[in-house]
Amino acid sequence: MTVQQRMKDAALAALVAAILALPLLGFETVDTGGPLGIKTRWHYVGYAAAAVFIGRLLLMLWRDRRLGAQADSQAGGSEAGRAWLAKLSRKADSWLMPALIAFAVALPLMPFADRTVVDLGTVVLIYVMLGWGLNIVVGLAGLLDLGYVAFYAVGAYSYALLSKNFGLNFWECLPLAGLFAAMFGVALGFPVLRLRGDYLAIVTLGFGEIIRIVLLNWQPVTGGPNGISGIARPSFFGFPFTANPPEGTTAFHELFGLDFASTHRIVFLYYLILALALLTNLFTLRIRRLPVGRAWEALREDEIACRALGINPTNTKLTAFAIGAMFGGFAGSFFATRQGFISPESFTFIESAVILAIVVLGGMGSQAGIVLAAAFLTLLPELAREFSLFRMLAFGLAMVLIMVWRPQGLLSHRDPTIRLKPAAHGGGGGG
Amino acid sequence: MSAVQPLLQVDHLTMRFGGLVAVNDVSFVARPNEITAIIGPNGAGKTTVFNCIAGFYKPTVGRLLMRSQGQEFLLERMQGHDIAAQARVARTFQNIRLFPKMTVLENLIVAQHNRLMHASGYTLLGLIGWPGYRRAEEAAVERARYWLQRTALEAEADSLAGSLPYGGQRRLEIARAMCTEPALLCLDEPAAGLNPRESAELNDLLRFIRDEHGCGVLLIEHDMSVVMRISDHVVVLDYGKKIADGSPDAVRNDPIVIKAYLGEEFEEPVSQEATAVQEQS
Amino acid sequence: MEYFLQQTINGVTLGAVYALIAIGYTMVYGIIGMINFAHGEIYMIGAFIAVISFSVLGLAGVTWVPLALVIVLIVSMTITGLYGWTVERVAYRPLRGSVRLAPLISAIGMSIFLQNYVQIAQGAKIKPLQPMIRGGVRLMEGEGFSVNVSYLQLIIIAMTIALMAGFTWLIAATSLGRAQRATEQDRVMASLLGVNTDRTISLTFVLGAMLAAVAGVLVTLYYGVVDFYIGFLAGLKAFTAAVLGGIGSLPGAMLGGLLIGLIESYWSAYFSSEYKDVAAFSILVIVLIFRPTGLLGRPEVEKV
Repeated sequence: MTVQQRMKDAALAALVAAILALPLLGFETVDTGGPLGIKTRWHYVGYAAAAVFIGRLLLMLWRDRRLGAQADSQAGGSEAGRAWLAKLSRKADSWLMPALIAFAVALPLMPFADRTVVDLGTVVLIYVMLGWGLNIVVGLAGLLDLGYVAFYAVGAYSYALLSKNFGLNFWECLPLAGLFAAMFGVALGFPVLRLRGDYLAIVTLGFGEIIRIVLLNWQPVTGGPNGISGIARPSFFGFPFTANPPEGTTAFHELFGLDFASTHRIVFLYYLILALALLTNLFTLRIRRLPVGRAWEALREDEIACRALGINPTNTKLTAFAIGAMFGGFAGSFFATRQGFISPESFTFIESAVILAIVVLGGMGSQAGIVLAAAFLTLLPELAREFSLFRMLAFGLAMVLIMVWRPQGLLSHRDPTIRLKPAAHGGGGGG
Repeated sequence: MSAVQPLLQVDHLTMRFGGLVAVNDVSFVARPNEITAIIGPNGAGKTTVFNCIAGFYKPTVGRLLMRSQGQEFLLERMQGHDIAAQARVARTFQNIRLFPKMTVLENLIVAQHNRLMHASGYTLLGLIGWPGYRRAEEAAVERARYWLQRTALEAEADSLAGSLPYGGQRRLEIARAMCTEPALLCLDEPAAGLNPRESAELNDLLRFIRDEHGCGVLLIEHDMSVVMRISDHVVVLDYGKKIADGSPDAVRNDPIVIKAYLGEEFEEPVSQEATAVQEQS
Repeated sequence: MEYFLQQTINGVTLGAVYALIAIGYTMVYGIIGMINFAHGEIYMIGAFIAVISFSVLGLAGVTWVPLALVIVLIVSMTITGLYGWTVERVAYRPLRGSVRLAPLISAIGMSIFLQNYVQIAQGAKIKPLQPMIRGGVRLMEGEGFSVNVSYLQLIIIAMTIALMAGFTWLIAATSLGRAQRATEQDRVMASLLGVNTDRTISLTFVLGAMLAAVAGVLVTLYYGVVDFYIGFLAGLKAFTAAVLGGIGSLPGAMLGGLLIGLIESYWSAYFSSEYKDVAAFSILVIVLIFRPTGLLGRPEVEKV
């Protein structure tokens, strides 16, 4: 393209931006009590147009350079970032995951790890776990679930209600919460799993909303919009994290002869979610190598061929749905015990969207990719906290840009679940 | 021959789609240790017959009786996956349907799903690394290796199924179907798109399956070199109706068949190249 | 009976709005097989442009309602249409032919972006609009009860019917419609035969956005309030409507919209308004169990 053509193209883009910005940025509505007042701020339209003009020019320059680079290299290689990611993808399992796990284990012991850092780490790990759980459904079985947060909510409310009404402790509630979530998964999945992908998406989305609406309106049980507060905090296997334990119990710091510190609980929660997340990871790695895991992946590839091989598609999908839901339930009950307070507000569609985005941005099926995406998507809004107004704007924009830049996700690489070893004794065995 | 109980008995099969009668009152049998070919011009209803047998369509009228492992199954009453798992009917597809992003070996292991599922204690025993499951998986790999060797794919075992050349994908689909240990193998145009050499190799493979595995083979085919060389029994369909049924020689000389379908073209011998390759091997 | 009639009228009005939005979902799904998650936000933007332009016109002294309405419709449809075009161009076109989930995530990102963009630009507060079209027709007079149709409801229903008719004609009888249907059936073949598929897809987005803009203008008039969050639920309902009617089917979107409107209206009237959304989704699930392709969707024949 000539310089003139480029300028024309960028000017056109700027014109579009100006028209788009005109009503929404150019005018500001002012509450006057009566009819809306209007103030104009034309300079904003100018900023928008200028930003798009420059952005468009830079984009074109960058594209030209990329095309030039492609023409130079024989391999048709893409630019450095992508090549690096592709390499990382292949090596993800051999060293990236162990490195990430080692970092996660060491984090609370680092000198810079104050309360905020550990808290942030905990939040990231919750999303890692949710991402890994949803990955079973979306990444392995290829079922599009837009209502995953419902199972998270079922887990959280199960824990809250069981511990408040029946006095069960965290370790008793955890399996029950997982079980309830899995049962919800089966109850929802049974009628709808016959549907094709996108129908399934809307039904799961609807289901997520139904759960939220029920939580909002079933006042006597769920507390409605006020939620449930005063949920029992976790104890260290029966030893509470309190400065002055009640008569007859030993507090955590007494058990280990430490001085009481409020960070003990924070760190304990961090390791708890780390353990739960690693459990999810271990489970996924193992089940991929079992017949049911292979059947999930086969179903994702071709359902008709699966039926011709005698695989029952409904049952197989149902197990994926139930197991994914179960991990959502575990994460939910951890969330409840960490927060001590839950309300329907924590379980909106946007949560489902973020979890799904973590799975897809990470590279479907890639365990390490999910960690990176979870860290990115949870830390981005935290880092932009000072610009709190703009953080969700940036979040949405980042989702679009990453997808456009790398549609297959950050790390997309699939390791075979089994390899053919050289024959043990010469020829083949019997058929 | 007729003393042997048929493996699959198709009685009065009729399939209607709205007003269209795709298959009209077709009856035939397929016997064990025999290769039965269904031939006919395009749109004669061959694939529809297949889809009824494999449970992808529910026939409008008719009975499909399958005998395997001393049991009788009425296929028209069963779900597709049960037909494969219990009645032991395996099939391949006209437009190959592999799991393209899984490896060749994984394709063959998935085919042994039900046996492995059982061995893994429906996942629970497998999760804790039960030794019985490990043995079952090793046996599954050996079975896969056996078929990989038979289909000359052993060297590609760990590459992606989708990256195989066309002929390799066709062979892999047959290997995958055989890994389910079927009593009846249904092949939908297995020679389509194969070159003469590959076609001749396919013939050998099908004969091997028939002779060594006691498996009945039912195939739809356009390629006459395949049909006439290897079939023991040919069923001819035209406009959804059966117009002939018998040995290849009988069908070859049947005036109705010649008129309806084969015409003069049929009088020519199979292509030269195919014959040449056959002789070399 | 009177009560029932009144609820029917309210339900049809609501359903007309859903149907207008649902068409955008169903057409985009038909042509590129993706759920355009940002469509609800496009509708919200249409409603915001309506509020702003009504206010500007009011300050400029244009008080004759029909004139104001026509101007607002034109402005809102044009600019919202351009938003639809831009969203497709920026967030979806680069992803054509990639993994199926990629455009969906991009669409969710776009939806979050647009929602926050409007919130930042115009504030999170509810924007009120003075009622402009008052009065109505009394259809029936019962004992202590009357059945009314407001003029506004009549306008909404009439306008929806007119747009639907025009739109059906556009798809069935014009070259644009032909290109659109051809692209929907087989994009590669259509482009080989000389259909400019990129342009056709862009136009589909623009048309869908324009209908959503009309829905936005009408809702603004009907409820008299707009906020940045209305797009999510309306989009969800409209998408439910499109699926209920059979996604990809134009008459299906209309029927589905109407049904969702009626279900909501009856449910709030006879049971509880809190659970009206639950009712709509439950009926969707029940319909899909018995008719997996929706009410008017073409049943899919499995080709093997």
